[in-house]
Amino acid sequence: MIEIRFHGRGGQGTVVATILLAKAFFQAGYQVQSFPFFGVERRGAPVEAYVRLDRGKILLRTNVTTPDHVAVQDQTLLHSINVTRGLKPGGWILINSPSPPADLTPYAGFQLAHVDANQIALNHRLGTRTHPIVNTAMIGAFARMLGMPPLEAIAAAIEEDLAADAQSNIEAVRDAYREVCLLGGIG
Amino acid sequence: MKRVLEGSHAVAEAVRLAKVQVISAYPITPQTHIVEILSEYCTKGLMNARFLRVESEHSCMAALIGAQTAGVRTFTATSGQGLALMHELLHWASGARLPIVMAEVNRALAPGWNIWVDQTDSLAQRDTGWIQMYCEDGQEVLDSTLQAFYLAESVNLPVMVVLDAFYLSHTYEPVDVPGQEAVDRFLPPYVPKFQLDTAHPCGFGPLVAPGDYMEMRYHIAMAMDDALIRFGEIEDAFAAQFNRRYGPVEAIECEDAEIIFVTTGTLTSTCRLALQDLRAKGEKAGILKIKLLRPFPYERIREELKGAKKVAVIDRNFSFGAGGIFAQEVRAALCNTPDHPPVFGFIAGIGGRDVTPEMLTEIYRQTKNSDAPQKESVWMGLHEVKYAD
Repeated sequence: MIEIRFHGRGGQGTVVATILLAKAFFQAGYQVQSFPFFGVERRGAPVEAYVRLDRGKILLRTNVTTPDHVAVQDQTLLHSINVTRGLKPGGWILINSPSPPADLTPYAGFQLAHVDANQIALNHRLGTRTHPIVNTAMIGAFARMLGMPPLEAIAAAIEEDLAADAQSNIEAVRDAYREVCLLGGIG
Repeated sequence: MKRVLEGSHAVAEAVRLAKVQVISAYPITPQTHIVEILSEYCTKGLMNARFLRVESEHSCMAALIGAQTAGVRTFTATSGQGLALMHELLHWASGARLPIVMAEVNRALAPGWNIWVDQTDSLAQRDTGWIQMYCEDGQEVLDSTLQAFYLAESVNLPVMVVLDAFYLSHTYEPVDVPGQEAVDRFLPPYVPKFQLDTAHPCGFGPLVAPGDYMEMRYHIAMAMDDALIRFGEIEDAFAAQFNRRYGPVEAIECEDAEIIFVTTGTLTSTCRLALQDLRAKGEKAGILKIKLLRPFPYERIREELKGAKKVAVIDRNFSFGAGGIFAQEVRAALCNTPDHPPVFGFIAGIGGRDVTPEMLTEIYRQTKNSDAPQKESVWMGLHEVKYAD
């Protein structure tokens, strides 16, 4: 079983990101489960949401405490939240940022990737300048980082859930897939 | 077709497929997603139903009592405080023999203000004359909601389909959503046995003197007993159409089990995982999942538990001054059976705390290592409370 944790802020589409990922993994033949942190969501407040995927039926019905990989949709969270909490050694951390963090010491023992999801979202007019909706760009980068799910599966999930704005979201996925910078293991 | 659906939406899909005619609800977390999507279906014309907005849950149940008496299929959903506010009219719905269906998302009662799972809200309605079905996953939620209409209408009693807050209501997972034609083959249209009809006026809810009231109550008792038989028949019809069956209880590896967990709701799923691990280590464990609280499947429970050396009931609820509510029910089912196994009661996951495989394994270990229960209930995973091993 693989467990994924998304960090974001209320209003950034963090929960939707995990739903889309779950739907894409399901399309790709996995059993899936996705859910938000069982809490109260407010705009701007830190939000967590999760995806579980496995080849067989997923029986575990608890919060995700030891994720295999983590995505951080808002780099300002890095100052207030320990995004590596419970992360398994060697796990990937994807950060929405044009550049890698200046101090890499908190990420020792993990793998790091970053993508400028804000810029990609703005290029495709997703959200506004102050509140870009970065979730689909993050999923595209994530798919490249893990080598799954396939882009066609993500596109199908977007067409199901974001039908009104499917094309620009799918383009954001493709751009992020191409542009994500995979730094890999941090010593 | 299998789709990745939220538990709340699994309820809503079943309500749409059941062609409910009147929906009334008052929003309360964590139930909100159910009626949110149903109101959207009504607005978009995907359902031919009236959606009645009301000022409280009490009014909501009153509205459904009126609508169901007028002869239509009705539905509502609520949680926690909302269900508590409905309490008076829950008795009215069953007493008036109205087959109203409700989705109840288990939410802890306040104070402390808590929107997370705790079954005490629905269990506190145990004696209102409603049938209650507890669900384990999104598929069971959808299937049970469809079955609920059939069962309610065949015995003229209301049904509550109960699901865990967040662990089920807000969790997306693959769910097989049947087509309308298949559902129509399973679920007959609602034909009221009595209704408001100006052509044939009659009285509803009049004064009933001591000479008749007891018989009316006895009829409800008989209908509730009948519901257990009808549930089996409805499951047969459902299995013939959809090839899925749950049972009033489900016995998992109980044949040779020495210690049997008794579970309800989503923690059953996690317990299945713990069971795989225990079995792999050679431990003779089993699970008895209870789906029906009312009517309570006494016979099946006695039958499935009779071979066990010990029974460990896990309650995500509590009756103050007594104990876990399912533990009480199981003890009551067993007490007249000679040489029945001792029943250990464990309280876990109250107010939305995780019940982990490790906690379930610890429950197994404590049960295995004690000859007899030392107290009515053992509270699992408490902070800052020390008790001797």
